[in-house]
Amino acid sequence: MLLVYIEVREGKIKKASLETLSEGKRLADEMNMETAAVFVGSEVDGLASEAFNFGAGKVYILENSLLSQYSPSGYTEALFSLIEEIKPEILFMAATAMGKDLAPRLAAKLDVSIASDCTQVKVNKGELEVVRPIFAGKALASFRVKSSPVMATLRPNLFPLAEKAEVTGETIKKEADVGDDKANDRVVEVIRMEGNELDISEAEIIISGGRGMKGPENFDMLRELSSILPNAAVGASRSAVDSEWIDHQNQVGQTGKTVSPDLYMAFGISGAIQHLAGMTSSKFIVAVNKDPDAPIFKVADFGVIGDLFKVIPPLKEELKKVVEE
Amino acid sequence: MNIFVFVKRVPDTESKIRIDRENNTIIEEELNFILSPYDEYAVEEALRVRETVGGKVTVFSIGPDEAKVVLKKALAMGADEAVLIKDDSPEAYDGLRIAKIISRLIKDKYPGYDLLLFGKQSVGADNAQVPAMVAEILGLPQVNVVTKLDIDDNKGTAIREIEGAAEKVSFPLPAVISAQKGLNEPRYETLKGIMMAKRKEIPLISLQDLGLTEEELLPRLELIKMDSPPAREAGKVIEEEPEDAAKKLVEFLHKEAKVI
Repeated sequence: MLLVYIEVREGKIKKASLETLSEGKRLADEMNMETAAVFVGSEVDGLASEAFNFGAGKVYILENSLLSQYSPSGYTEALFSLIEEIKPEILFMAATAMGKDLAPRLAAKLDVSIASDCTQVKVNKGELEVVRPIFAGKALASFRVKSSPVMATLRPNLFPLAEKAEVTGETIKKEADVGDDKANDRVVEVIRMEGNELDISEAEIIISGGRGMKGPENFDMLRELSSILPNAAVGASRSAVDSEWIDHQNQVGQTGKTVSPDLYMAFGISGAIQHLAGMTSSKFIVAVNKDPDAPIFKVADFGVIGDLFKVIPPLKEELKKVVEE
Repeated sequence: MNIFVFVKRVPDTESKIRIDRENNTIIEEELNFILSPYDEYAVEEALRVRETVGGKVTVFSIGPDEAKVVLKKALAMGADEAVLIKDDSPEAYDGLRIAKIISRLIKDKYPGYDLLLFGKQSVGADNAQVPAMVAEILGLPQVNVVTKLDIDDNKGTAIREIEGAAEKVSFPLPAVISAQKGLNEPRYETLKGIMMAKRKEIPLISLQDLGLTEEELLPRLELIKMDSPPAREAGKVIEEEPEDAAKKLVEFLHKEAKVI
C-alpha cells in the first residue's frame, strides 16, 4: 500500500496534499499497489470524498479532540499506531510547513530515513527513486530510500493534480490513542499575516523585487501587479529583505524559499547565485533591470533593459487589459 | 539553564557548487566554508536566552577537524563551551544518521539539558530533518522554523512560520527549537571573543566513543547520482521605450508563455 497523509488547514484540504496523492496514485498504479489516504484531527470526516476523488481507494481517519490543533508529537503518535497496524510499503506527505515538521518526526519514530522535498519520484525496477534539490537547487541528487516504509515528502506546486474522478471507497475511522503528555507541542493560536495570505511557495505567479526597488514603499507597486494576476504573490531578494523593506517570509533564494512557479517576474534583481538557485526551476522567468549585464538576464526567458519605475505603470495597464479579456 | 546548540560547517551561500560525478560529491576545493546561516541564528538565540535567564551555552558540531572553525566562531560570539564529534565520512544527506549521533551523544555524555537549539535546516543538505528526529528520539516537544522564542523557567512559547501565517506553540522544557531567519540579528564576534575562542580547547568525541555500530551509522538513503540542474538558456532581451517594452512583455506572457 502507498499511504498519503492529507493535511487539513482551517477545514480545507491543502492543495499540495492532493498533488501528492495524485502523484502517489500514479506510482502505486505502476507498482500494482493500493493507494490510501489518512487524515488526522477532529471533524475531518467530511473531507474523505475529496481524497477518493483524487485517487485514494481507502481513507483512514484518526480522530482525537486533542488533535484538533496541530501537534507534531501528537500527530506522530496517531500516525505511528496506524502505520504499525496497516504496514504501508510507501508513505508520502507534501513538503508543506506541516509536512516538513511532521514527516521527520514520524520517520524517527518508525526508525526510517526520509527523502525530503522531492521534485521527482519514479519507479525503477520496482524500486522508488527520488530526485531532490540540494544547495537550494544548485545541485540535484538522486536517491533510493533503503528503509521501510519508504518515506518521502513531495515539493508543493510541482506535481500535477490528477483529473478529479467522482468515485467513493471505504472510510475507516479510528480513535487516535494519544495521551495529553504526547501532544505537548500543540499550536495554541494561528496568527494571520495581513496581506500575505498566499505564500510564495504556493503561488503560481511570483512578482519579486530586489535592491532596484529602492525602498519599502515601492513594493506596493509589485503588490498592485500581483493583485491583478491570479494566484500571485510578492517575493523579494535577500538584499531587499535584509534592508527590511519586506518580511523574510517573502524571500526567494538560498536563505529564503526555493520556488518553482509558472511565472517568476524579477524587478530590480541582479541575480546573485544564491537568488538564482532559489528560482531557476520556475517555468518562465521575466526580468526588468537597468543593468544590461545583470546575471538575471542569463536565465530570463524575456528580459527588459530599462527603469522598472517607468516600465511598471504601462505594464500594469497592459496586464489589466489582457486579464480582463 | 543548560542550552545546547548544534551547528554545521557548510559552503558559503555565494558559492558555485561543482560536482565530482565519479564520487557523487561536491568539489570542496575553492569553496569558502561558513557556519550555516540558520545555525548562526540558533547560536545567537542561545546567547540571548542565557542573557535573560542565566545558564550555559554549549555548541556541538559533527564533522571533520575543519568544522572546528564554526565552533570557534560560536565561541567568539560568546558560547561557553564547544565540542566536536569527529566524523570524516562523506555527507550522506541522511538526517536520521545525524539525529542518531546527536541523540546518543546527549543520552550518554550530556544528559542534563533544558533547551536544544538547531538551525531550521543546514544550507546544503536542505533536509530540515534533524531537529524533529532528535526531538522524537529523546521524547521532547518540538517547535521548528521559529521566528520568536520566549523561555520562562520550565516552559516556553514560540512562534513558528507556516504558509502565509504563523503558529503560536506553548511547550514544557526541555524542548527542541529550530531557528528561522527573522528570529534575531546575530551579533558580530568581538576581538576579545576571538582571542578567547582561540585559546579555548575544543574536546573531540569520536563516533566509537559513542558506541555507535557501523550498521547504525550506515546511511539508508542511497545516493545514486548527483547532477547540476539543467542550464537555462537566456531568452530574448529588449531595450525599448517603456510603453513598447511593457506591451511586448505582456504579449510574451500571453501568447508564448501562456501564463495569463
